Amino acid sequence: MALTNETIKARLTEKFGEQVSGFTEPYGMLTFEAQKELNLKVLNFLYDDEELKFRFMTDMTGVHYPDNKGKELAVVYHLHNMTDNIRIRFKVFTDINQPDVYTATGLFSAANWMERETYDFFGVNFVGHPNLKRILNVEEMDYFPLRKEFPLEDQTRIDKDDEMFGRG
Amino acid sequence: MSEHHIKLPEGSIEKTTTTLNLGPTHPATHGVMQNILELDGERIVSTEQTIGYIHRAFEKLAERRPLAQITTLTDRLNYCSSPLNNMGWHLTCEKLLGVKTPKRVDYLRVIIMELSRISDHLICNSIVGVDAGAYTGFLYVMQYRELIYEIYEEVCGARLTTNIGRIGGFERNFNDIAFQKLEKFLREYPKVLKEFENLFQRNRIFMERTMGTGAISAERALNYGFTGPNLRAAGVDYDVRVHSPYSSYEDFQFNIPVGTTGDNYDRWLVREKEMWESLSIIEQAYQKVQEFKGAEADVYHADVPEYYLPPKVDVYTKMEALIYHFKIIMGETEIPAGEVYNSIEAGNGELGFYLISDGGRTPYRLHFRRPCFVYYQAYEELIKGSMLSDAIMTMSSLNLIAGELDA
Repeated sequence: MALTNETIKARLTEKFGEQVSGFTEPYGMLTFEAQKELNLKVLNFLYDDEELKFRFMTDMTGVHYPDNKGKELAVVYHLHNMTDNIRIRFKVFTDINQPDVYTATGLFSAANWMERETYDFFGVNFVGHPNLKRILNVEEMDYFPLRKEFPLEDQTRIDKDDEMFGRG
Repeated sequence: MSEHHIKLPEGSIEKTTTTLNLGPTHPATHGVMQNILELDGERIVSTEQTIGYIHRAFEKLAERRPLAQITTLTDRLNYCSSPLNNMGWHLTCEKLLGVKTPKRVDYLRVIIMELSRISDHLICNSIVGVDAGAYTGFLYVMQYRELIYEIYEEVCGARLTTNIGRIGGFERNFNDIAFQKLEKFLREYPKVLKEFENLFQRNRIFMERTMGTGAISAERALNYGFTGPNLRAAGVDYDVRVHSPYSSYEDFQFNIPVGTTGDNYDRWLVREKEMWESLSIIEQAYQKVQEFKGAEADVYHADVPEYYLPPKVDVYTKMEALIYHFKIIMGETEIPAGEVYNSIEAGNGELGFYLISDGGRTPYRLHFRRPCFVYYQAYEELIKGSMLSDAIMTMSSLNLIAGELDA
């Protein structure tokens, strides 16, 4: 019997009860969230459970919601069960002032660089990561560029001398 | 230490290994990426990959661009197969907007996607040859990649960074010359591919250089998030085209070549076989396209006026067309709120787009799941203990594209 979103949801609530919440299905992909302290427990359960078998980490990234006070940063995992061919999306939210989230590198080797990237752009501190340093940006950088407080340059600005680049 | 040894200068650290900087600009890295190798003689003790030399902040840039303008960013990810990235992006937008494309558009897209898969694999496989010292194959097949680029030119006017297609379909219908060029390609290419295969496949030198080097087991490959030919070479038959068909791939008959050992030779073979499969898909798709007659043969886009530019003549004569034209060009169309992940089988693996829209005119957040970024982290494990020359071959057989790695 193929695995369905309802079964996954039932299994998760059975195991974690109220601690996993916010079940939605945008465009058919089961999405839910948990407290950030639980992220490894949930990932481990999804990995080890003989029925769920979410053993492939497709993607991991961060999102910044500045208006979401106390839960500004989201870490989004996309997991894939290849035997039943079903994907889920799992989110944890963290406070921007203390962005500590447990690393998933012990479970997925793929998480290593994905977490470095998320750290690089959002400043999420992955506790226990073997080599948490910037990956795409220069190491001297002292801010996290994909956070929303860094707007892109205003295209209509006129105070800049652009003559050398043919835009003046 | 005997007297014959070279005396180290005073105060130097007596190190038994050599540090070698491979890259960032080195002819053998085929792209701007750096590897700091620690060598014991010619054997590799450890390596550290440094990436990000051509990082262009696409994810940030995308947050200010309307959907149509992001296509040009996707061109510059894997620039060996831009049309695949473009199509992946259009499909993501269409999923978000709920656009259903006509069958003819799907088939035309399949033709373009498979052509660019061939050009991607062709580059990768011939570069593996170059790194083994066989330059001839590379130069020879470049002529035939040229035929593919000429088809792109007929369809969209560009060759490398194509910006091909639009949300909902294509910017114009394929003209007769495009189909003639496609026929020419289908006629001439199989013979060339066969020759290329003969040059390498059972070539003793090539086999000995590639077999057993850079190998990875299926479990490790899955754990590292491998996708595409690299995963299939390790023996896992995962292909997005089959697992979650998009653009009517379910209408086609094709095989998924699978390897066993996950080494450089298997990766090469899987790509080689995939080119044959792609050729057969193109032939099937071309046949299906020819079955459309009359008015159906003129269908080349879906009806999505909010996102698809109206014909110029309508812009001058009709009010709605003028409004839509203005809104699309100025990027003033509100995108419906939603969260979507869509992936396609790109040249080197599963290319995913994670798009979050909050109902504004531009995406709230866009993340590219770039296949080579994910699997390049396994490079150290792949080459540890092997020879330096094998490490070079492993790098090229992984099909690393710096543009995609750094986004």
